[in-house]
Amino acid sequence: MDDQTKNIIQNHIDNNEVCLFMKGTPDAPQCGFSMAVSNMLKILEVNFNGINVLEDQSIREGIKTFSDWPTIPQLYIKKEFIGGCDIIKEMYENGELKKIFDEKGINYKK
Amino acid sequence: MAMDLKEIEKYIKEAMPDASIEIQDLAGDGNHYSATVTSSQFAGKSKIEQHKMVYNSLKGKMGNELHALAIKTKEQ
Repeated sequence: MDDQTKNIIQNHIDNNEVCLFMKGTPDAPQCGFSMAVSNMLKILEVNFNGINVLEDQSIREGIKTFSDWPTIPQLYIKKEFIGGCDIIKEMYENGELKKIFDEKGINYKK
Repeated sequence: MAMDLKEIEKYIKEAMPDASIEIQDLAGDGNHYSATVTSSQFAGKSKIEQHKMVYNSLKGKMGNELHALAIKTKEQ
């Protein structure tokens, strides 16, 4: 991954408290897994920024190296990598996701 | 760009011999699987670390030959 790509990714993470690297956009997801995570955040009414990796091949590949994680979507909350679709789904179902939002001071629908 | 169910199981088993593994072909297309992996090796590790162990056992196939593998990890 080149420095420019790394900087772009880092900027997204630094400038968005809740940052979802996904295929497509929150309004028009292009993959079921990206849609699932995006929908969970929507249901919780969390203000998040979806970054469409399909628009930029260097980010699509770069984010995998950046997070050392082979799949997309990837969720970052306050600069911390939280997980991919399976982990977020599990955390959504067992309440841990809300706990993280509480801990990190992110607003959501209680 | 597809991978056999048995092959996935073999890779995970190689990396985690004690694991019990349940794999389902979700769409019947050899491309969308779910795996539930139970192993004592997950003890004391975060979910991210646990999932990474499964990804690593697949030696780079995840995201390439293997398009979609939903993972569920459980500590034994």
